[in-house]
Amino acid sequence: MDINLIIIGAVVIVIIFIIGIYNSLQTLRMRIKEALSGIDVQLKRRIDLIPNLVETVKGYAKHEKSVFENVTKARASLMKAGSLQEKAEANNMLTDALKSLFAVAEAYPDLKASTNFSELQRQLEDTEDKIAFARQFYNSNVLEYNTKIKVFPSNFIANIFGFTMEEFFEAEPEEKKKVEVKF
Amino acid sequence: MNIYSQIRANKLKSYFIIFLFIGLISLVFYVIGQYYSDPTTYFIIGLVFALFTGITSYFYSDKLVLKMSSAKPASKEKYFDYYTVTENLAIGAGIPMPKLFVIDDPTPNAFATGRDPKHAVVAATTGLLERLERSEIEGVIAHELSHVKNYDILVMTIVTVLVGTVAYAVDFFTRSLWWGGSRDRNNRSGALGLVFLIFFIILMPLIASLIQMAVSRRREFLADASGALLTRNPDALADALEKISHDPHMMKHASTATAHLYISNPLKKDSKSRNWITSLFSTHPPIEERVRILRSM
Repeated sequence: MDINLIIIGAVVIVIIFIIGIYNSLQTLRMRIKEALSGIDVQLKRRIDLIPNLVETVKGYAKHEKSVFENVTKARASLMKAGSLQEKAEANNMLTDALKSLFAVAEAYPDLKASTNFSELQRQLEDTEDKIAFARQFYNSNVLEYNTKIKVFPSNFIANIFGFTMEEFFEAEPEEKKKVEVKF
Repeated sequence: MNIYSQIRANKLKSYFIIFLFIGLISLVFYVIGQYYSDPTTYFIIGLVFALFTGITSYFYSDKLVLKMSSAKPASKEKYFDYYTVTENLAIGAGIPMPKLFVIDDPTPNAFATGRDPKHAVVAATTGLLERLERSEIEGVIAHELSHVKNYDILVMTIVTVLVGTVAYAVDFFTRSLWWGGSRDRNNRSGALGLVFLIFFIILMPLIASLIQMAVSRRREFLADASGALLTRNPDALADALEKISHDPHMMKHASTATAHLYISNPLKKDSKSRNWITSLFSTHPPIEERVRILRSM
């Protein structure tokens, strides 16, 4: 009688424990999804800003065709990108293409003086900052989730219910350098 | 202690402070009622008053605090850096964008208030926004958003309103003693003086301990650290704190009730205001120590 009670009690505690871990894993997975859509919102904003920027630069620097083509190509591949890795790669490509666009712009004083151009540049920089922070939030959630899947005892429950590791959103090599600690 | 246990602790603390406040105020009114041989009526008056103040402090404290500091809403056009930096950091911290306010004051300082991240408010002085670099503003806002995220703002803001109310009540009773008591009720003034004494004896330590509960030095260090984690740039916050602490002026619209909300104590610089009450309410860990820790990160 007494032993039965103890067994029932133990089973109940274990079940509650399993439910708790399952729910926390599920919550984290939802949060990762939400964080990912946060990145998408900012990527979309970046995509939307580019046609305007290209048009503005074209008005002053008609002959830099290859630069425009690169930017447009990178933008198209970012729009098409489906998986996380594709998005990260396309976004990095776009960053590189934009860099050469702004380098070209340096050679045209009229363009640099235009308020339209500087406003677009400011908005683009702001969007890039936002992408960086959205990525940071996403990655910190992935880190928490992946850690939970790897450590004892939640790794058992993750295994039983088929929770798998999520990918990090990788920064481009140059951005990685920026966070290096100085000594 | 991780952020979730910290959030739980802060919520519990807030409810505890409100109930403690209601209980003690009712008790004080009960004791006063004894002198007028009608404790029940006084008890009920006290209870209603305390309930009203307690509930107000939970739901409307952010608006009251903003009013006490004469803050005005900040627009994206006028304060581009301030606004976008906050947008970015809110994305990074995974909290909704807080409402932004500006206080017209040349002294650099900032605070956060509200009852949860959905109803959060961040306010900065014009002095802070004008004199700090974008990266330093980022450091300050990240510190404030850490207070928002772990519900420090709930405890701190509730205490502000409750302390403000008690301070106002003490002030009111002092006046009624000096001016109201001496006119015709000679026989009563002795009793009234005693009542005042009780009020004072009970309330002053109460205020002090409420503030002590709301502000722990650890809370500021923790917000510095999680802010630095968010921006990945502890030096910017250290620079900002140095600039803030080197400013010799005192804020116009800060008082003992609101002082503990700010990132750096807005009152401490004026030596004349440093009486025993101010030192009782000494709320902030020394800036030098915070800077030293940030620099070593």
